[in-house]
Parts: sequence; structure tokens; C-alpha cells
Amino acid sequence: MDTILQVRHIGKAFEHNQVLRDVSLELDEGRVLVVVGPSGCGKSTLLRCINGLEQIDSGEILLRGEVISGQRKNLHLVRQKIGMVFQSYDLFPHMRVMDNLLLGPVKALGRPKEEVRAEAERMLARVGLADKAGVYPRTLSGGQRQRVALVRAMLMQPEILLLDEITAALDPEMVSEVLNVVLDLARDGMTMVIVTHEMRFAEAVADEVVFLEDGCVVERNPPEVFFHRPETERAKRFLQSFDYAPRRRAAQPGANTAEEQSAP
Amino acid sequence: MAPALTGAFFVRGWTMDWSYIAAHVPDFLGGAWVTLSYGLIGVACSAVLGLLCSLVRVFRVPVLRALVRAYVELSRNTPLLVQLFFLYAGLPRVGVKLSAGACAVVGLTFLGGGYMAEAFRSGLEAVDRSQREAGECIGLTPLQTVRYVVLPQAFATAAPALFANMIFLIKETSMLSVVAIMDLMNVADTLRTGGGRTIEVLSMLVVAYVVILLPVSLLATFAERRMRFAGFGRQHTV
Ligand SMILES: Nc1ncnc2c1ncn2[C@@H]1O[C@H](COP(=O)(O)OP(=O)(O)OP(=O)(O)O)[C@@H](O)[C@H]1O
Ligand SMILES: [Mg+2]
Repeated sequence: MDTILQVRHIGKAFEHNQVLRDVSLELDEGRVLVVVGPSGCGKSTLLRCINGLEQIDSGEILLRGEVISGQRKNLHLVRQKIGMVFQSYDLFPHMRVMDNLLLGPVKALGRPKEEVRAEAERMLARVGLADKAGVYPRTLSGGQRQRVALVRAMLMQPEILLLDEITAALDPEMVSEVLNVVLDLARDGMTMVIVTHEMRFAEAVADEVVFLEDGCVVERNPPEVFFHRPETERAKRFLQSFDYAPRRRAAQPGANTAEEQSAP
Repeated sequence: MAPALTGAFFVRGWTMDWSYIAAHVPDFLGGAWVTLSYGLIGVACSAVLGLLCSLVRVFRVPVLRALVRAYVELSRNTPLLVQLFFLYAGLPRVGVKLSAGACAVVGLTFLGGGYMAEAFRSGLEAVDRSQREAGECIGLTPLQTVRYVVLPQAFATAAPALFANMIFLIKETSMLSVVAIMDLMNVADTLRTGGGRTIEVLSMLVVAYVVILLPVSLLATFAERRMRFAGFGRQHTV
């Protein structure tokens, strides 16, 4: 399997705040890497460094074996291969949904409009938004906007997709409609780096989990290990902070057997 | 017309001389044409200059940024009359001789550019930084991002200020008589000081300006409303 992304010993500081100290990652084609860690540990910064929204101070980043970090010119050519979706969707409010989708492929890649339009319609239908091509983003719900943002990124046919807490701003009932789209992409073999606080989703989608703390990779394991038998104390403590519900249920007789059965 | 009736509104039997007015309509039409052409050329040039200046400021282009800053303050804090005198009477002393028309256009652009720059800047700054990042994340170049993502949104925000500047600049053409441009103001002045009937001349002047500017004002209100309510997804416009 081909390695798509290599992150080698990168460091990044904002003024005196050393956000990333020494982070290394590798990602093979078709695999999904989930990055978790406490708030402020540098997850967003890591993703932003990968697609050049932030310049790294040390180390290097390679896409299909080519160094992409450190250059400032032609960053747009790199970004055409790296899709990114943020928590805040950032659709273009002055354009209808279809124009949001066409802009990148037509203007950045120079693809024929009609061809892209047909593809966009197919993908909108696939995420359940076939009837929304002609409306403005403002008229959509958060979950719908985020699905449009995903389609917008996917239409660039990126080699790799970076997702930064894309459900964090959504009402709970809209989270699953967005995560289902991501699961779907994963099944189709899309290579992704996903930052999320949805641990159950993380477990379902990940091929590998990286736990980031204090700007370093503390633990790196397959999800079944990381979520059930974490090797480091810090990961254990981090996972326990998500544990309120199971512990309370454990107080009720018989409730915890189901929890344990779900573990492999 | 009824001179007696009109005259009844004024003291000492004064009457509006309608035949004088009729005879001088062509003069005012000529003046209006000059006013409108210089006004619109000035608006167009200063919009371009202002846009460039605001981009320099918002994107923090080194060196140019300081120059733009100085220019904006200079243009906004000196009267057009002084700027025109400088171009018309000052520059020839250092060997730069501009025609009256060139002085007029350069002067209006110099004045308007500063105001337009500020209007565009407020519009550009109102566009969230994340919009720029979103544009660049789908592989657009920085320039494409500005063109397709940032500017359309900035225009909508800046529209009221831009239209206000447009009206302001067209009115400022009344200063152009000092460089011997035969605009409305100059036409009126020439008639009046040449022994014409003052009230008739001034009334025609007022009417001429209103006729020119009222459509622009109405257009401004209309466009502003459209920009504010259309593009951004109110259901009734879809
Ligand atoms: N542009 C910036 N300028 C200065 N400091 C920044 C900037 N961006 C991030 N930081 C700092 O870097 C640190 C890591 O931020 P980052 O957004 O990467 O964390 P995170 O892991 O994504 O957190 P969260 O889970 O809350 O999203 C924080 O301390 C933050 O204040
Ligand atoms: Mg973050």
C-alpha cells in the first residue's frame, strides 16, 4: 500500500507557546487516522500545518513522497490535493449551494462546468441534499451545511481529506447525519485524518488512533487497543473524562455487561 | 405660463422670467453633460484607485501599505479646491503642465480615491478571515480567493458607503470651475456675472443638480436593498 502522508518531527510555536513539539505520523492510502487529545493540545494546528495554513518551524511534511512544507509559492497546488473541512463549515454565503460546489473544481482545477455540475448533483443526492442545489447556505441547517462542505471538499477529488471537529458546532440530532457521510467516505476508501471528540464515531471510523498531548504523540494504536486497553496512563485518564455515562450505568445491576460485550 | 401668478409669491412685483429660462436651457444641458461626465469618470477612477489601495492595506503589502496610508490621509484631509489649485497652478511651476480636463480627472480621483479606499477597506475587513481560508482550502490562488470569495461579500457590505461617495464626488465637480471646466456651476456663474437674471440662473442650477443626482440616489437605495437582502439567501428572492 502506498504511503500518502508523512509528517516527520514537526514543531510549531506561536510566539512563546510551543504548540507542537515533535509530531510524526504516517498514513497509507485508503486509511483513516483519528487524532484525539485534550482541548488546546494542538490538533487543529496539526491539520492546519499539513495543508499549509500554518508554516511549520521544524521537521517536514511529505505528500506522496514530495516535501510540501516550507514552500510558500504554489501552495494552492498542494491544497488542491488536500481537502479540509472545519467545524464552522465556511460555505460562501453569497453563493448558492451549487456555486459553492463548482467554484473549486472549475476555477482552481479548470474542469468543465457541466461535467462538474453532473458530479455535484450525484454527490448532493448521495448525502441526501438533492433538492438543495439552488438555495443559499443561510437557509440550510447546520448538519446540511456541513454535508455541503464535505461535498465541496470531495469534489476537488483530493488525495487526502482533513476533518477538524466537523460536528462540534452541531445540535446533537444532526451529528449522525454528518458522521454517516464520513463513514460512507471511509468505506469508499477515502484517506482521511479526522480530529473529533465523538469517541464512538472515532472507534467506528479509525484504522488507527493517535493521542496528542502537550504537542507530542503520546500513544498511537489501533482503535480496539486504544479505546479498550490504552497503553499509557495519560490516554487512560483522557478516555475516562468521557466516561460519565457508562459509570453511572454501571451502578445499575446488569447494565455493564452490555458495555463489556461490545469490547472485542 | 402665468407671470402674474408666479410673481404673487414674491415681494415688489418680481416675476420669474420663463422666456429667459427657456432660452438658456441648452446652456444648462451642456453644463449638465460636462458635470455628469466628469462626475462619472471621477467615480470610476477613484473606485479603481480606492479598491487597489484597500487591497494593499488589507493584505498588508509592505512599503506600499505605508504609502497608501499617507495618501488616504492626505486626500481626505485637504479640500478639493486646494488639490485642484495645486495641480493647475502649482505643477506647471515644476514643469508638469496638465490640461484642464486632466487636472479635473486627477483631482477628483485623488480626492475620491481616499474615500473609496476607506469604504472598500471596511467592506473587506467585515469578511471573516475563515472565508479566505475556506477559499484557499479548495485550492484557489490568493488572487482567485479575493476575486470570487472576498470581494463580492465586501462589495455588499461597502455598498452604502460606496454610493454615498459617488454622490459626494458628483457634487464635488462644482469645484471644477476653478480649472476652467464648463460644468454646471461654471455655466451658471458665467451667465450670472455676465448680467443674467440671478434667481432664474440659480433655480435652473438647483434643478439641474437634482435631476442628475436624484436618480443616482434612488439607484443607491435600490441597489443597497438588493445587495443586503438578495444574495444572502432570504427565501423570497430564491
Ligand atoms: N493563530 C494562533 N495564534 C496564536 N496561538 C494560537 C493560534 N492558533 C492556535 N493557537 C494556540 O495553540 C494551541 C493549540 O491550539 P489548537 O487549536 O491547535 O488546539 P486544539 O487541539 O485544536 O484544541 P480544541 O480541541 O479546543 O480545538 C492553543 O493554546 C492555542 O491558543
Ligand atoms: Mg481545534
